[in-house]
Amino acid sequence: MASGETHGAGRPDAGGPGQGELRNSVSVAIAGSGGAGVMTAGNMLLEAAAQAGYYALMTRSSGPQIRGGEAAAMIRIATHPIDGTDDRYDLLIALDWMNINRFAAEIPLGPQSVLAGDPDQGEPPEVFVKTGARYTPVPFKAAAKKIPNGWPNMIAFGLVGALVGLAEDALVKTVQKSMKKGGDALAGSLAAVRAGIEAAAGISGVPRIGSPPPQSPRWLVTGNQAAGYGAIRGGVRFVAAYPITPATELLEWMAPALKKVGGALVQAEDELASINMILGASYGGVPALTATSGPGLSLMIESIGLGITAEVPIVIVDVMRVGPSTGIATKSEQSDVNIALYGMHGDAPHVVVAPNSVADCLMTTQWAVHLAETLQVPAIVLADQFFGQARAVVERPADVAFAGERRTATAGDEGYQRYALTESGVSPMAIPGTPGITYTADGLEHNERGTPSSQAADHIAQLEKRARKLALLDCGSHWADVEGEGDVAVITFGSCTGPVREAFARAAADGVRARLVSLRLLAPAQPARLAAALEGVRRVLVVEQNHTGQLYRFLRAEYDLPGEVSSFRRPGPLPMRPDEIHRQLIEWSRA
Amino acid sequence: MTTPVKAQAAVTPQAFKSDYKPVWCPGCGDFSVLSSITKAFALLALQPENIAIVSGIGCSSRIPAYTTCYGFHGVHGRALPAATGLKLARPELTVVAAGGDGDGYSIGGNHFLHACRRNVDMTYVVMDNHVYGMTKGQPSPTTEPDWDSKLSPGGTGMRAFNPLVIALAAGANFIARGFAGDPNTTATLIAEAISAPGFSFVEVLSPCVTFRPEQREWKQMVRPAPVQSTDDPGRAARRLMTDDGMNVGVLYKGSRAAYRTAIAKAQRRPAELEEEFKI
Ligand SMILES: Cc1ncc(C[n+]2csc(CCOP(=O)(O)OP(=O)(O)O)c2C)c(N)n1
Ligand code: SF4
Ligand SMILES: [Mg+2]
Repeated sequence: MASGETHGAGRPDAGGPGQGELRNSVSVAIAGSGGAGVMTAGNMLLEAAAQAGYYALMTRSSGPQIRGGEAAAMIRIATHPIDGTDDRYDLLIALDWMNINRFAAEIPLGPQSVLAGDPDQGEPPEVFVKTGARYTPVPFKAAAKKIPNGWPNMIAFGLVGALVGLAEDALVKTVQKSMKKGGDALAGSLAAVRAGIEAAAGISGVPRIGSPPPQSPRWLVTGNQAAGYGAIRGGVRFVAAYPITPATELLEWMAPALKKVGGALVQAEDELASINMILGASYGGVPALTATSGPGLSLMIESIGLGITAEVPIVIVDVMRVGPSTGIATKSEQSDVNIALYGMHGDAPHVVVAPNSVADCLMTTQWAVHLAETLQVPAIVLADQFFGQARAVVERPADVAFAGERRTATAGDEGYQRYALTESGVSPMAIPGTPGITYTADGLEHNERGTPSSQAADHIAQLEKRARKLALLDCGSHWADVEGEGDVAVITFGSCTGPVREAFARAAADGVRARLVSLRLLAPAQPARLAAALEGVRRVLVVEQNHTGQLYRFLRAEYDLPGEVSSFRRPGPLPMRPDEIHRQLIEWSRA
Repeated sequence: MTTPVKAQAAVTPQAFKSDYKPVWCPGCGDFSVLSSITKAFALLALQPENIAIVSGIGCSSRIPAYTTCYGFHGVHGRALPAATGLKLARPELTVVAAGGDGDGYSIGGNHFLHACRRNVDMTYVVMDNHVYGMTKGQPSPTTEPDWDSKLSPGGTGMRAFNPLVIALAAGANFIARGFAGDPNTTATLIAEAISAPGFSFVEVLSPCVTFRPEQREWKQMVRPAPVQSTDDPGRAARRLMTDDGMNVGVLYKGSRAAYRTAIAKAQRRPAELEEEFKI
């Protein structure tokens, strides 16, 4: 795209008189101070988009106050599946301007954007004005006052819905669904929504969403919920965890869900406890998981090493947030690659996987359980806050049935050796309660029987056994999503994948073709598979969201990358945007 | 497990001992604690495969592999959470956590508090020798403040910790003190602890003959607790606060209900969970 216009890849069509152009993706943000109900309005917009047959994705941001601070709901509605945010917002609606300037970097506007705010709450802040966005005053509060039981956020919901072109029917149904009690409250909200729809007639220049795609089975789900469900589908029935943003919602979803399917979740006193509780449960034969974020993962590391040495399968979901230390708890950054891959002391082979979309949080977590159980090894799921806390309309993920499960030993097996040096490296595990094959699981180096040993021969034999399990893993096609062709390739993972895909679509319009490798399996590394995927590639661009190029360095260490390799990285808290990747890709492919 | 288990004969204490030779120094109190534990299992007519012994790191924490039970020898300080996870996942097992004073009260101190609070039905045996034996003689939380060592010359200056009082305050349901020099009494204490519902805590004075040779004198110092055990926490607190740490016996036995076994019965197939996501 030659002009500065960087909205969705859709070509503008002529809209009706006074209506905005048609696009295949429209991005809006609703902001306001605490209690203004912007999250409610945002969630309802998401639901209305789903109702109307679109794909959509909502992320959220809020000020530092624990409760009641300013907040912004950022929603992207599209005619195709989306896994990231766009470069700019087409519309920002502010119910008031209290501290809303905080969100300026997160809600980038341009001259094409429309800014709507309540004039009784003051003028829009300079940061927004200087973007060139066109300002339209809308007296939300005054209008709401005139409607019995009407609220400004419902007017905003009606206004945005109408501006982006969602059918009135979808908006009304969403309100009815969210206010099942009906009565005056429902009547007031419906009246407010209608007032919003009417106000939309006076605002021009907001793009409208094109016709909805053909219907298909879809879900409205967060990445954290999808991961929790994937864990249960994979067989997890015991979870122990300590609350931490942004993993808490995963746990809160799992607590009642586990109860229903015959499992349990325990809130532990800290992450040292949660990781050891799941080790204990899994040692007892019950597939077990914990979820945390960087600070918690740091505390768990020693015990993950125990799981590796004692060969106890466990799954650790790390919903990555900005680090190091407490960092920025509510924002995304892919900066736990190093600790996930290299955190353990000693030579400690284990599994690290990373989902690359909201929907993929399901499959990848389910796969992690499968890998942990079949290989009797800890598996870390590196999920992104962006997915974890994003709520999205996604294609219903395909059912995946992973064959194989934990190999257990049989009662009375004469001469049973827990850590027998098998060809596959996997040795049958005795489950407590089984007579005749009792053993002690040990984090001390041991011989085949499990007896602690400081003999060089035992150490090398067990190191090789534990490494062999992973080296022999046949990961099939799950190791990465490989797409496109051309002699330039982008290697990325996690939440950068969506923006990279969008950058590719734009590059294609410029005549640049490229290959995408979105790695799902970070460890064990798959050099032969990557080499095949990159055959004929002249240039590689590694894209990731952190400051030091953790993925890039890992790739350089573990792989022979073809041709010239460049690293494009930047830290959080702002999500990766297609435009910045697009520019890098064009530059690198033409350099 | 699906394997049918034949009705088995009662197991002797000896049958609970594995053929591994302990790494302990000759005369270490832990030998007799091992005997007491195996005796307790025999007294209760348990089968080795239905027992799991979970430990952390230290001389005392070596104990699981010296039995014929299932064992879990984890990392330093984390025996209690590992035991908790195991018991919650497999409520039908008899779960015993065991270890030292450093393991349980220092690096694992937080878990000790919360295990008492949580009151999961398991037993915790601490072999307290008022020292870090395995790392060759540093002060632990139960060491006297003026005990001289290379790492803390002249002593730590910190008051020794009273684990029984803390266990009581934190909510342990059964509290007893044993002495390694009297393995029979200790065996009955451990058996009673295992039989008691909820979290049972048995502190066993277990001399470290190598780094605290003066603990050989404990033999002359211990005595049976002069009064019967109580179920009144206030009374127990007063006794525990004022005794000299040498009273042996059950010191508190409460009636708090054990933590409800968490694993629920399945009511739904996992696939039904996705209904809530459907548009
Ligand atoms: C994380 C960690 N820190 C330190 C150690 C070293 N370490 C091993 S055992 C031990 C103390 C053991 O003392 P205690 O629990 O009283 O057991 P004892 O040897 O006296 O029976 C220490 C500090 C370790 N293994 N792991
Ligand atoms: S160092 Fe002390 S505690 Fe350790 S085995 Fe020797 S006597 Fe026992
Ligand atoms: Mg000790």
